[in-house]
Parts: sequence; structure tokens; C-alpha cells
Amino acid sequence: MGLLDKLDKPFDSGNILITGVDTLFNWARLSSLWQMGFGLACCAIEMMAASASHYDMMRFGVIPRPSPRQSDIMIISGTVTLKMASRIKILFEQMPDPKYIISMGSCSNCGGPYWEHGYHVLKGVDRVIPVDVYVPGCPPRPEALLEGLMKLQEKVRAQSLARV
Amino acid sequence: MPEILERRVISDSTLPIPAKVVSAEVVEPRRLKTEEMILNIGPQHPSTHGVLRLEAILDGEMVVDCVPHLGYLHRCFEKHTEAMTYPQVIPYVDRMDYLAAMNSDHGYALAVERLLGIQVGEKVEFIRILFAELSRIASHLVAVGTYGLDIGAFTPFLFCFRDRETILEMFEKTCGARLLYNYMWVGGLSHDLHPDVLGMCKEFVKVNRATHKEVNNLLTFNKIFVERTANIGVLKPEVAINGGATGPMLRGSGVKWDLRRDDPYSIYDRFEFEIAVGTGMMGQVGDCFDRHWVRMLEWEQSLNIIEQILEKWPHNDTTDVQAAVPKRIKPPVGEIYSRTENPRGELGFYIVSKDGINPWRCKVRSPAFVNLSLLSVISRGYLVADLIAILGSIDIVLGEVDR
Amino acid sequence: MTAAEIVEKLSANFYQKVGEWHEMKASPYMTRMGSYMDVTDASFIRDICLFLRDEPDLVFNNLMLLSSLDNGDKTFSVVYHLESMTLKHIFALKVTVPEANPIVPSVVSVWNHANWQEREAWDMMGIQFQGHPDLRRILLDEDYPGFPLRKDFKTPEFFRGMKVPY
Repeated sequence: MGLLDKLDKPFDSGNILITGVDTLFNWARLSSLWQMGFGLACCAIEMMAASASHYDMMRFGVIPRPSPRQSDIMIISGTVTLKMASRIKILFEQMPDPKYIISMGSCSNCGGPYWEHGYHVLKGVDRVIPVDVYVPGCPPRPEALLEGLMKLQEKVRAQSLARV
Repeated sequence: MPEILERRVISDSTLPIPAKVVSAEVVEPRRLKTEEMILNIGPQHPSTHGVLRLEAILDGEMVVDCVPHLGYLHRCFEKHTEAMTYPQVIPYVDRMDYLAAMNSDHGYALAVERLLGIQVGEKVEFIRILFAELSRIASHLVAVGTYGLDIGAFTPFLFCFRDRETILEMFEKTCGARLLYNYMWVGGLSHDLHPDVLGMCKEFVKVNRATHKEVNNLLTFNKIFVERTANIGVLKPEVAINGGATGPMLRGSGVKWDLRRDDPYSIYDRFEFEIAVGTGMMGQVGDCFDRHWVRMLEWEQSLNIIEQILEKWPHNDTTDVQAAVPKRIKPPVGEIYSRTENPRGELGFYIVSKDGINPWRCKVRSPAFVNLSLLSVISRGYLVADLIAILGSIDIVLGEVDR
Repeated sequence: MTAAEIVEKLSANFYQKVGEWHEMKASPYMTRMGSYMDVTDASFIRDICLFLRDEPDLVFNNLMLLSSLDNGDKTFSVVYHLESMTLKHIFALKVTVPEANPIVPSVVSVWNHANWQEREAWDMMGIQFQGHPDLRRILLDEDYPGFPLRKDFKTPEFFRGMKVPY
């Protein structure tokens, strides 16, 4: 809270912060990753439980937004079927850069329990869109989702503005 | 109300047609109408409870027709049952109705037990009923919470999920999983009840009664909620029965039909509870408020049943919960249709066995699928915002609708 | 009414159109909920269902389930499980059609519940229902190749550019 201490003496030290551009932008981005509310199946219930008061995802800055145009991350929670895959691709393309994808649950990682006989299940959402973080589990606990979120935050912290 | 328009038909000419067609169905293509607009409430929408696409044909703000498009979560359950053995099907049954997974497990395990003709012990029955009623409460908590969210009330959602965490903790202590359990096996259970659970249950009943009252005050008798749900989406009882509706959708229209009373299974005949029906308290009989009110009353009745279960618990029974689990599940040749009361309605399993370790065919009668088919009937003539309220009151779970 | 009385009544009214009554004897629940009656003449299924629904001492006002079944020997069956909510009895019918010509009259005019169930039977098994107002695929895409629940179905390799098998 160094900035706030200096506020009553505004012109004394000048309110100057010295940091790298990358650090500043990455810190701003990872602290307010707005999520597109997109739940497909059972993992969506655990995602809702993660947003509810017991595990509270909002304290990380993750607010659910209804529209893809206003969101930074999309958490694919649940089984991706062939019918849904083209719609997910459209939603992914509608999200503005920089965008990140968390694949939550075994079904969107690799097809899940439906890998062998599922004639209508896409075996992993990474067959249609690029994924940043995979969270395993069937369904993963809300804490596991929060850990996946933190891994994403580490990834964002390490990225460079020139190549985002 | 405007007349009902012709449905448009997508041509099936790319599908394989059988060799001999006795008579061809001729349907007129839809002429271009300029008075209405087609609004796509797409697969990604915060209020569609999952991936459901509604094609709403609107005349201004009024809904002329509403066509649901399903299949965005079709996970080939019935093909999997033909490849897996009877006990291996249970995790897949969980994932169909993921909000009431214990009830779905119960339904399937009971179906196979009826096929084999085996009876489980007293202790197993008590544990099963306790968990089935807890799962019913958990499912109604989500239904009520998300219905409030659809209407615009955010706080009851948080209160409902807070109580749900206690139920999930009880389940997790017993079988290790929060949401999808694989707990009720054919002939028994996978784990014995954890010793803490009975005490937690007693505490939970007290706390949950207070939450029930709180949610009633916050949501059910809220003026805005009543005005948004009363007289909306009226479903007449004859239309409901003919359309196959069951569960709170049927009971909200005034028909007193509950499988726990009319076709009792497990040990439900030992407990006293009332069947909640809609009475048109705030509007007409069979409107959205009635369906919501039936769920609130059922929640209370489930708490009563749990109290009676805790009173009559067989504390001295120390049999193994897996005592009646058969070594090899190979049912006789035959078929069966077995049904149980899910929080959404009648969950039925039609199992055909042809002397093997896999089912030959296992068709599921999913209550949400059947209830959703009535959406186009009950939403004509209302506004778009009412359409969302009606969809929330049907309480669908897409995993079950699409299987 | 007991199942035997219903069987007698149906045989009397639809003399050559119904076949035998298959009773499942393995357990009492199976006898009650698994036994079914064959319908030999498939084109009469709508009349039989109307009779079952409208007759005053039968009143089968609830169609519990309509399922399609692949018998494995090049025939398909459609099974109707009926229930009377007022008189509390249960009955089941089974119609068998050959695979080369799987056409069954639709019972949508009798119970509206059959609308989506028949669409699903068409989608999954390929059984055509005559007289259905809107017979198109309900769960899969319109251009999905084949009917999945048939025993000889092979999963397609590629569908719209996506690789389907694992």
C-alpha cells in the first residue's frame, strides 16, 4: 500500500511507480480474468459451487459475464459433443484477445469416461480450440479448479506483451 | 392469441431411406412470413440451465411458438450400456442426472435387483433412503437457487449452495465423492455409512429448516417473484397426463401422483409424508408459481422423512453392506420396466437382458426429456421474459434430457 | 383389472391382430412390469392404443415409455409401456417390423408423449413412424451418418472435419 501512504502528500514524492510494462500489464490482467459463464455438464455444477460462497472464485477477480465479447477466460466444463464443437469454436473466435481457455474435467481434457464408445463425443476440446490449462478430475473439486486458475495466473504473469 | 403456424420441416433426403416406403409424408414448406422474428436463445446462455437451444418465434415481444433443439450434450449413454457389464453402468447413470445422482443410482440398482429378484438388507435400505432424500433436497436446492437466479434474485442462490455444501460433505465422508458417487451398487452399497453422518444429519435438519423459511421469505413470497411467476405457463392436468409429465410438473397442475405413494419401492411405505400439489395459491392452478411451491413443500416433506428415518434407524444392525451383492451379475432372459421417483419426475429403466453379462438394451425414461417436450405447449402467448421463467420452472438437467 | 383379463379383452376385440402374451416368470415384479403382448399386425397399433385409452374399464391414459429395440435378427421392435393412473393397472405391447421396411404407425394422436419418443426412435434406430407431424432427428445432427443404436453401427472416422475415435 505504498501509493496510499503518499496520497496526503501528493507532490512530495510524486506518485511515481517504477516497474516493467510487462509486469504491470500482466498483474492487471491476471487479477481480473473475467469468465464467460459457460457450463456444459456435471463439471458446471462444481464451477457454480466454486463461484458460490464456500469457495468463492470472485475474490480472485473472476466475475461471470454472460457474453463472450466481454470475457477473458472460458472454462470449458463438461463433455464437448460433436454438435456443440462448432459452437464452441464460434464462441472462442468471438472472444477478444488476450483470451485463455481452461479445460475443466476429464471429458473436455480427453473425452473422459466416454472415450471408448462415444460416437458423438469429441475426445478432448483441444481438437477444436487451443487450451492453456487442463484441470483433471471427474468432476474436479472446486479447490482443483482454483488451483487451475492459479496456474493460469502464473502463465499470465510470465507472458510477454510483445507476443500475446 | 395468433393461430398456430405450420412447422417448417428440414428435408431428410440425405438420410438412408429404407428400400420400400409405403406412403410418403407430404408437408408444405413454410412460406416467408414477415410479421414474426426468430430469436435464437442459443446453446450458450446463462439461463438455459445447460446447453439447450430454444428457437423462439416472436411477434414483437410475444412468443408465438418455441421449438427446443436438443442433442448438444448427447453422450451416447445407451450405447455404453450395451458395452459395459451391469455394475459398470452405474457411473454412467450418475452422470445423466448429475444433480440427483444418488436417486439415479438408486433407480438403476433397484431395476437390476428386480431383474435378478434379490432383496437387500434392512440397513442397506435405510442408508439408501436417507441418501435418496438428502439428494432430493440437494437437487431442489439447486432448482430453487437457479430459478431465483433466472428471475433475477442472486441471494437465495448463495444460501441454497451453502446448505448444499453440508450435504455434499456428508456424501464425501461416506463414499469419497462430492457430486458423482457410484455408491449404490446392485445388491448393496460401495461403502458403509461413516459414523459421523448421523450426527451431521440431525444438525443439518435443524439448520435446513431455518434456510427453508429464509428462502420462502426472500424468494417465494417476494412480490416481484410472485408477479413474474403467477399465471405464467399454465399447464392443464389433462394436457400434463397426456403429455407424460411427472414429478413437480404434474403435481403443480393439481394431480396427486407420486411414485413413492402410488407404486411404493424400497421402504417408503413405512414413513408418513404428504404429497404436495399445486392449488393455484397466487394465480391459476398449474402455473410456474405452483411448480415452485410444490418443490418448496417437497423439500420440507423430505426433511420430515429424514427425521423419521433417524428415529427408526436400526442402530444394532451390523451386517455388511455388501452382503447381498452377487458375485456375477447375469440376469435371466427377460425384460423389465422399473421406475422410481426422481426429484424431476419418474425415472424409468427399460432393461432387456439376453443372457449375458451386458444388458442387451437399456432405455431410459428421463423425466426432464418428457417435461421439456411440453415447453412449446405451455409457452405460447407469453412474453420472452416469461419464457425464461417457464423454462426455469420445468427444472431440466441437460445431461438427462440428452443422455 | 388383471393382466389376464386385459389380454382376453384385447384378443376378443382384435382377433387376428394381436399375438401371444409373454409373461416374465422370474420374479413377481418382472411379471407385473416386464410381461408384454405381441401385436402381429403393425398397422393396427393406433387402433389398439385408441381402444386401450378410451375403453371405460381400461383407461390407459398414460404412456410410460415408448422404446425401440434391435432384436439382432434383422428385425426391430417398438415397445409401448402403458399405465392407467385412474385404475392403477399396467400393460405392455410389442410390435416387430423387419429391418428392410421399418414402418410403424404413429400414436401421437393418442398420447402426445409419443411425439418426442418417436422422434428419438427414428433418430437412434431408424424406425419410420407414419403419421407423425414432424419426424426429424432430435438428438443428433441432421447429417449424422447412420443410426447409432443398431447393432451393426460403426462409429464414423471423421465428422465435419473432426476426428471422432479416440
